[in-house]
Amino acid sequence: MTTAVATRSLTGREAINEAIDQEMARDETVIMMGEDIVGGAGSPGEEDAWGGVLGVTKGLYGKHGDRLMDTPLSESAYIGAAIGAAACGMRPIAELMFIDFMGVCLDQIYNQAAKFRYMFGGKAETPVVIRTMVGAGLRAAAQHSQMLTPVFTHFPGLKVVCPSNAYELKGLLIESIRDNDPVIFCEHKSLYDVAAEVPEAPYSIPLGEANVVHEGNDATIVTYGAMVNTALDAAQTLAADGISTDVIDLRTLSPLDIDTVIESVEKTGRLVCVDEANPRCSIAADVSAQVSQEAFGSLKSGIRMVTAPHTPVPFSPVLEDAYIPSAGAIVDAVRATDS
Amino acid sequence: MVDQESSIVPIVMPKWGLSMTEGEIVEWMTSEGEEVDAGDDIVDVETDKIAGTAEAPAAGTIRRIVGEAGRSYPVGALLAVMADPSVDDSAIDRFVAEFVAPEPEEVGEEAAALYSLARVGEVNVRYSRVGEGPAVVLLHGFGGDLDNWLFNLDSLAESNEVVALDLPGHGQSSLAISDPSIDGLASFVWSFLDAIGVGTAALIGHSMGGAVAAHMTGRQPDRVSGLVLIAPAGLGAEINQSYIDGFVTARSKREMKAVAPLLFADDAHVGPKLIEGLLRYKRMDGVIPLLSGLRDVWFTGGTQHVDVVADLSVKPTAVIWGEQDQIIPADHASAADGIASVNVVTNAGHMVQMEQPREVNEIITGHLASL
Repeated sequence: MTTAVATRSLTGREAINEAIDQEMARDETVIMMGEDIVGGAGSPGEEDAWGGVLGVTKGLYGKHGDRLMDTPLSESAYIGAAIGAAACGMRPIAELMFIDFMGVCLDQIYNQAAKFRYMFGGKAETPVVIRTMVGAGLRAAAQHSQMLTPVFTHFPGLKVVCPSNAYELKGLLIESIRDNDPVIFCEHKSLYDVAAEVPEAPYSIPLGEANVVHEGNDATIVTYGAMVNTALDAAQTLAADGISTDVIDLRTLSPLDIDTVIESVEKTGRLVCVDEANPRCSIAADVSAQVSQEAFGSLKSGIRMVTAPHTPVPFSPVLEDAYIPSAGAIVDAVRATDS
Repeated sequence: MVDQESSIVPIVMPKWGLSMTEGEIVEWMTSEGEEVDAGDDIVDVETDKIAGTAEAPAAGTIRRIVGEAGRSYPVGALLAVMADPSVDDSAIDRFVAEFVAPEPEEVGEEAAALYSLARVGEVNVRYSRVGEGPAVVLLHGFGGDLDNWLFNLDSLAESNEVVALDLPGHGQSSLAISDPSIDGLASFVWSFLDAIGVGTAALIGHSMGGAVAAHMTGRQPDRVSGLVLIAPAGLGAEINQSYIDGFVTARSKREMKAVAPLLFADDAHVGPKLIEGLLRYKRMDGVIPLLSGLRDVWFTGGTQHVDVVADLSVKPTAVIWGEQDQIIPADHASAADGIASVNVVTNAGHMVQMEQPREVNEIITGHLASL
């Protein structure tokens, strides 16, 4: 008995759901809490109605029951509860809708979770994952669209992950759940509906290892998250003009695989850092500084940054589209390194 | 006067294996106006599986280079035009303008339909089956998959029905091996062939798959018409243990980059996409313990624990080895002297069938024709 098979592809949303489902099945200490992740539980007849604000966890309550908990609209309470549960032997995943809301529970994250291992002499572990949406493009205005990855990358003791497609989302989330440190897992909203080839078997991608997704000799483009796809578009345009580029997907911002970036810059001599975050103290600024310190002698020209402007994310669709770094801006920056 | 149209030869994006839909031009190794011989390397191409080199389809002059370095083109797209120097530029222009490349989607759908799944006991086996004629079965090596035959499948399928499978625990077959011994794997492949209705076949095996193919021949000689062993295990004692152990434990890019080049004579074949492809397999839960278990049965302490020399004289056998094999030394081929045809291929390492496919395909085709 044989059947024909095609490649299996999943959207980003489905890939995250599958990662959580498989880890909850594998390890009973994995639990989930968040706002509306069960959706209407407690309201008769409304169980599993939502699965989180954009439906990522839909269906998981039916499979894993009360290991998924709807919480009150109080980030400071449930993020604190998740961190406490992690300190006591559970492996919680907390869904915090938008990274923009992280401000109300920041003490729990950067003063508590990030410090436990250090302040208890290495004897305490805090295996918590805080899943959160990042990025602009969904017409969600200034308080639901920010790319705050640099804020969390600043704190020692936190790991910060920002995947670029559905395959990466599944493998990096599974690794983050299994990791014994607190992880801020940043999901770009625009990837939820984009499909990629995703194996059904559970798999995990190590944290702290960048991925060279396009190879070339003339310039290095470094980025992460959804911008990886924009950078690949730019690389195609540049290739048509005979300019070949390395495109590096950092995958994780903390730890940061600066070695892969430096190796590439030693080959190409030109660097463009692309970041959807605001420019000041951004990942782009951080990578630029590290490369100029470690590989200045390899640089043939000044490093260029392509970032959002130093403004809030605009609500006007026209302005929001102009706010997000474009493939055209990346192409121009690469060309500018050769002028 | 040369016939203007008929002397024009298109050079198109090659199709290496079932799943290839497009390739990226890495570098041209020729230029417009240059004369080339048939088989000369003309362009480096990287696919999502491997970096390779396309060869000139005929002798002649490169008149026009259309494909740009750094860009991806679908299989069949026009990359360059060869023609006699006397052909007018206008005729070349017309040829380029009128050339119709196939739609990439069509190629993709065809590829998707060419993989099949068979159920053998509790194990799902992914395989592909192409061509018509006497059956040929391809068995990959330790840690490999059916894409190791990327450059061989189409050529062999011209006059054979070719079946290539992912062995259990490999590629996209189930991640389980109930019996990792040579006998267990040989029985498994026979059961798989029963399940898909292949009775008698020529067996072609690479490395560990070569030893399995030889053992299958010894066990059921009536079902085997002939044997081709490519850099096979089981003809001598030594094996590169640091490669085996490094491959088994590698989970990161750095670890994989330290061992993957040992598979080739020319490490230019090992691009980031090949490394990422290997890591996609290695990252799956259970692969590392599974390969460790397989390793412990087959290869430990720099020594192979299988010996298939006696199986080589059962059926007509050809042995092919890459001269610069860094995994299993090419001098193991001498164990086959006098009982099999022995072919040592230059400028090739352990993955000789990927590195020098034209020569390997010719040897295989010649051997199959003699059966």
